Amino acid sequence: MKGAEIFVQSLLREGVDTIFGHPGGAILPINDALYDSPIRHILTRHEQGAVHMAEGYARATGRPGVVLVTSGPGGTNVVTGLTNAFMDSTPIVVFTGQVPTPVIGNDAFQEADIVGITRSCTKHNYLVKDVRDLARIIKEAFYIARTGRPGPVLVDIPKDVSMSECEFVYPESVHLRGYKPTIVGHAGQIRRAAEMIAQAQRPVIYAGGGVIHAGASEELRTLAELTVIPVTCTLMGLGGFPGVHELWLGMLGMHGTVAANMAMNDADLVIAIGARFDDRVTGNLEEFCVGAKFIHIDIDPSSIGKNVRVDLPIVGDAKHCLQRLLQELRSIDKDWKAAHADWLAQIAAWQAKYPLRYHQEPEGELLPQFVCEQIYEVTQGEAIITTEVGQHQMWAAQYYHFMRPRQFITSGGLGTMGFGFPAAIGAQVAYPDALVIDIAGDGSFQMTMQELATAVQYDLPVIVAILNNHSLGMVRQWQQFFYGGRYADSSLEVSPDYVKLAEAFGAVGLRATRPEEVRPVLEKAIRLRRPTVIDFVVKTDENVFPMIPAGGSIKDMLLA
Amino acid sequence: MPTANDEIQRHIFGLLVENKVGVLGRITGLFSARGFNIDCLSVAETEDPTVSRITLVTAGDSRILEQVQKQLNKLIDVIKVMDLSEEPHIARELVLIKVNAGAETREEVFRIASIFRGKIVDVTPKTYTLEVTGDEDKIRAVINLLKPLGIREMVRTGTIAIARGQRVL
Ligand SMILES: Cc1ncc(C[n+]2csc(CCOP(=O)(O)OP(=O)(O)O)c2C)c(N)n1
Repeated sequence: MKGAEIFVQSLLREGVDTIFGHPGGAILPINDALYDSPIRHILTRHEQGAVHMAEGYARATGRPGVVLVTSGPGGTNVVTGLTNAFMDSTPIVVFTGQVPTPVIGNDAFQEADIVGITRSCTKHNYLVKDVRDLARIIKEAFYIARTGRPGPVLVDIPKDVSMSECEFVYPESVHLRGYKPTIVGHAGQIRRAAEMIAQAQRPVIYAGGGVIHAGASEELRTLAELTVIPVTCTLMGLGGFPGVHELWLGMLGMHGTVAANMAMNDADLVIAIGARFDDRVTGNLEEFCVGAKFIHIDIDPSSIGKNVRVDLPIVGDAKHCLQRLLQELRSIDKDWKAAHADWLAQIAAWQAKYPLRYHQEPEGELLPQFVCEQIYEVTQGEAIITTEVGQHQMWAAQYYHFMRPRQFITSGGLGTMGFGFPAAIGAQVAYPDALVIDIAGDGSFQMTMQELATAVQYDLPVIVAILNNHSLGMVRQWQQFFYGGRYADSSLEVSPDYVKLAEAFGAVGLRATRPEEVRPVLEKAIRLRRPTVIDFVVKTDENVFPMIPAGGSIKDMLLA
Repeated sequence: MPTANDEIQRHIFGLLVENKVGVLGRITGLFSARGFNIDCLSVAETEDPTVSRITLVTAGDSRILEQVQKQLNKLIDVIKVMDLSEEPHIARELVLIKVNAGAETREEVFRIASIFRGKIVDVTPKTYTLEVTGDEDKIRAVINLLKPLGIREMVRTGTIAIARGQRVL
């Protein structure tokens, strides 16, 4: 069998139904073999878009997203997406074409050392030098991408490897002596964790994206409800705990709720689950949770103790560890509700005093927060929401209440503008009947908006809701606060007419400029079931609050 | 929550890795990407030709040393990592030193070589080349003694280390 056919057969064995890609000379044998295979190939308009689509697909489904691009520029164009997937622990497998093995290293046409270039932004990567290794490497690539702490894997396939023949044998299992993720948490540590939880007066659960990767949301909810402990999530963790729940504190960190940040600050025990103490969460480490002990459950040992000193580390899969922890906790006889009554009352007082707020004047300029809240209401909290990066991302996180895991797909670790729209397309490919909305900024949308052609070509009814403030709003906000209002390079003075732009691509373009237009426009977009761009013309100088400036702590928090 | 902020220590790590192209690049890339130092590094095949052994010496506070070990363990091609400084071990290095050895200094070079149980492995009318093995202190001492005589060239292997007793990596 030819290498290209082995590729197709191997992917079928892995259950792959969709590939996102863009062809070119070095990968053409594989595109050709895919041509009459059952695997669907989505032709993207840029390789970055292909990777973000694969990420969107993976984040929506939990299954690895797959990308196929050519050598050289095809490869270099996937670097941003790989780095994004690496930071957010998203399982994707990216296949790049490579120049034929005899000319590797000769600066051949469209040669790039993509394995060298992507070493630091992949969980692992491979150059396939012999067609006899191809099936094994593909098997390993998928295994590595989806197990342990998930992440991106790249496989570089030289053209002659795709074209040479060998017998096809798909390995039954994977043998990697250097890779054995720890799934089962240490029983003694879990028992001690239960004891610490039982002794705490002011405990908080701080949950991250790991809860979603591990499929541990049910366990998280049971843990919170059993022990009556309030929960906050990171940006990546949103949806891991219901966004409407009496124990829900909201997101924490730089633009988190006052209640979440105050609770962390005053806690005597922080139970971190699948979260990594990112600087956008902790701010100044010297002043972060000074009075608290830490329990940290994570599948990646290197996340534990990296930024803060942990009192009780548990390495393992969040779902498994929480199940065991729940068993331990159930055997403890304690009136949790009574024990935490004062703590919960304190939290309720913070929540009452410092809710998220904005004020939409009926006749005034349209406010972005209002648009986000309307999107939430009109979709009844059911839509899959993706975002770009900037102020709109934070407003989406604050005002859309995510009820289930995999409902919110955003670029957390890398903060990649241009992520949301292709990610929405990827999610829509996975769930053709779902309502998928990209809450976008005008700056970010301009980074990957050519994927409108992809959405139209494959009839993917994604809605892009641009909160158009004619500016790089988050940059503008920092300039207002930290650069004396010198707005260097942050105004998008010249922008396309997004309605005409959408129409030029064969999509639907809609616009709302006044508060009362928001709901009808959204309803119309949802009704149409076509790729749609909505231009919400919003106030330019609205800011995201609360805000803890970078490197600051809760005492530096700005409320307005 | 204050971060760990204790003193800088030098540690020797022993690694078993897949004997494949690019593995060393992954390791050095990890160190540069995360801002860790490599003080010295030595690599060679083991008795199993599919496995190489690396000895790596690095310096950092306890948090960094812990991260070094954890991050190395995360690399798929790294089979095993051991912090040899955490237990009794034997560390050795080999040095070749080409030193001035004219009529007046030849005796002295010879004497130093024998004190350090070194060998003179090459001789010319003007130079001797010495081979010395030992731990870091011994190598440093011999270099210091030879310096005044005029070291022309010197090459060191970097440390290799192995645990004492029956324990193996
Ligand atoms: C690719 C990329 N380049 C630059 C940045 C830095 N950056 C962060 S937010 C932002 C502005 C985003 O503007 P827009 O998409 O219009 O969103 P807004 O903040 O106005 O809601 C920029 C430039 C980034 N995050 N990603």
